[in-house]
Amino acid sequence: MPYDPADPLKDRITDIGPRYFKDFLPPVIKNNFGKWLYHEILEPGVLVHVAESGDEVYTVRVGACRLISVEHLREICEIANKHCDGYLRFTTRNNVEFMVDNKSKVKPLVDDLKSRKFPAGSNKFPVGGTGAGITNIVHTQGWAHCHTPAIDASGVVKAVMDSLYDQFGQMKLPAPVRVSLACCLNMCGAVHCSDIAILGIHRKPPMIDSQWIDKLCELPLAIAACPTAAIKPAKTDTGLKSLEVNAERCMFCGNCYTMCAAMPLADEVGSGIAILVGGKLSNRRSKPKFSKVVIPFIPNEPPRWDTTVKAVKNIVDVYSKDARKYERLGEWAERIGWERFFEKCNIPFSHHLIDDYRFAYTTWRQSTQFKY
Amino acid sequence: MGKHNTPMLDELEKGPWPSFVSDIKQQAEKGKHVLKEAPDDLLGVMELSYEDRVTHWKHGGIVGVFGYGGGIIGRYCDQPQNFPGVAHFHTVRVNQPSSKYYTAEFLGQLCDLWEKHGSGLTNMHGSTGDIVFLGTNTDHLEPLFFELTHELNQDLGGSGSNLRTPECCLGMSRCQFACFDTQECCHNMTNEYQDELHRPAFPYKFKFKFDGCPNGCVASIARSDMSVIGTWRDNIRIDQAAVKAYVGGELMPNAGAHAGRDWGKFDIQKEVIGLCPTECMRWDGSKLEINDKECTRCMHCLNTMPRALRIGKDTGASVLFGAKAPILEGAQMATLTVPFMKMESPFSELKELIEKVWDWWMEEGKNRERLGELIQRKSFQEFLRVTELDPDPRMVDEPRSNPYIFWKEEEVEGGWTRDIEAYRKKHQR
Repeated sequence: MPYDPADPLKDRITDIGPRYFKDFLPPVIKNNFGKWLYHEILEPGVLVHVAESGDEVYTVRVGACRLISVEHLREICEIANKHCDGYLRFTTRNNVEFMVDNKSKVKPLVDDLKSRKFPAGSNKFPVGGTGAGITNIVHTQGWAHCHTPAIDASGVVKAVMDSLYDQFGQMKLPAPVRVSLACCLNMCGAVHCSDIAILGIHRKPPMIDSQWIDKLCELPLAIAACPTAAIKPAKTDTGLKSLEVNAERCMFCGNCYTMCAAMPLADEVGSGIAILVGGKLSNRRSKPKFSKVVIPFIPNEPPRWDTTVKAVKNIVDVYSKDARKYERLGEWAERIGWERFFEKCNIPFSHHLIDDYRFAYTTWRQSTQFKY
Repeated sequence: MGKHNTPMLDELEKGPWPSFVSDIKQQAEKGKHVLKEAPDDLLGVMELSYEDRVTHWKHGGIVGVFGYGGGIIGRYCDQPQNFPGVAHFHTVRVNQPSSKYYTAEFLGQLCDLWEKHGSGLTNMHGSTGDIVFLGTNTDHLEPLFFELTHELNQDLGGSGSNLRTPECCLGMSRCQFACFDTQECCHNMTNEYQDELHRPAFPYKFKFKFDGCPNGCVASIARSDMSVIGTWRDNIRIDQAAVKAYVGGELMPNAGAHAGRDWGKFDIQKEVIGLCPTECMRWDGSKLEINDKECTRCMHCLNTMPRALRIGKDTGASVLFGAKAPILEGAQMATLTVPFMKMESPFSELKELIEKVWDWWMEEGKNRERLGELIQRKSFQEFLRVTELDPDPRMVDEPRSNPYIFWKEEEVEGGWTRDIEAYRKKHQR
């Protein structure tokens, strides 16, 4: 029976969860589940995994946009049907992986993928994203869909990935460099542990839509939302209940706007980009690390965000030349010292970069050890 | 040329990386989606944002499907008269299968469904892992949900103050480092807690993520309130012949991950033994020895020589709690709470643990207080009492340096009630 709008709860099915993943595994994967011996990257973007049984699965990894159309998904399905017996997967970082069970099937697949381009010229399926290189940028919605962003997401990512394109298809860096973007401090993209994080920030306190705020918001919730207690009750000249922001205490987190739509803070010049570097998630050698703010603000520069693109490229280039094999960006910066990082990358150090929030003291230097 | 003039977005059709603008345009031109104007109007409203340098989306309202408090996020354009195709542009989160394997058949069915009920635009995938259907109006939500459940046997994901859609790495399906079946665990836990996932009853969001090994490909340690990371407690398995083959240059070190640059001949002493953070390895020119008791399982040697070294056989997972992004008290990483737990289906021990944690958080947590912030506010000691776990030096980087210990009365001989008169008999005023 199709859906009946007159009786929407009829035959309702709920709480069934996702489809079972084993229904979607390619046979070679299913047959060797939990019995893999090792893997090798044969060339950038192409991996082989070898199982105890001797079976092999060849994976071709391609970059994709996170914002992706049904038309493009259908093309992905067509490729999977043509080369991979109808199986595919996506990675955590918005890449697509096509898997085949025989080496002879790899080249036709790669050639096919590389031949497909959008009419304006960009590649539909760039092959790469493996090993000591740059893989796809994980990101958020930005101006395509979100109400709190300070910046766009998809456009910045496109511009940055164009400039790092060679690194996506090569493995020439000292270690993997994970680049992430979040369009506001809420960080749906959780960029706080990335080698390079592009973060949207605001710099103007929220405006108060006084005529409407008491109708649109629970005022106590908005007051309570402020982590620095900068918001207090107020009355308008006409006696309406409203709020007031102590601008000097505002750190522009936007949490009040999340709670109350009558306190918008995005602004054409106030909002822009901060660059953080040196985070990592892996436990390899050193512990996971947070990313640190090294450039406090870059203006929004649509459509190609030139200053941001140059800043990211510069950091990648300096790191690539200077770091030792296996050294993640943050490990390199710690070894040479952050004072040296700023010098080598030719990035000015300003008061904005010294922590003055909750755990500030833990990041100040309590030592006479420093470099000239 | 589409409905709107988009000179700025058109600049993003240039360059080698896949262009989302070109992709949206092809959907606008060729797509069979029911909300005909949506892709064009999305480009239009984005172009306006590129001109204005601010977003044109409003806060979501309360939209959803009957009986669920999550899974749909309301979204409205603040210039609906100019962009009617995206005036209402709600998001539908569809719970992805563990580690995002698909058949083209199922992915095609999802495409069919979304053409029938939405914009034809998606995110594959959202940051938390869901399949995201991007943009539809309220009238389509119930029919979409009906067909999703009845025809595709597939449910929505989480949003709001509930359990968010759990996520895992690809685990045992294609990785030799997987210490437990992350996919089975993710699937099992998702189904066990469907009520928590669909009906918000928590102070704020709660995330589970499952990483198969300490390499952490799904980033659980940074972005999940409960992070489960595979590990082992016996010895790394060594194939001495393969070690020699790496040393001799017959095998490609790092599984080829550094092959793009000439780093010189592989040097086991410098690249493996010398970089081991615990200095627990030795190579005498013919035999590799590992003092496993001192190993912290950082994965460096396994990543470097994957054909020679394998994870141990007595595998399980570490369980960590409290990671979150900066809002509000600052970013936190997850804190090691259970160093080792066996991870076998049906994962009962993990479920017992999480239920104790939720009971406490729902009782004590303030509105929009993440678990990590509650643990900080109430203390890690309180968290251990709630979870009925014994303190362990593995839970800290170092012991406290301040002596401000909150002693409990029952810990102090004789308790805290004393007689001031008896005291004064010995000590004059």
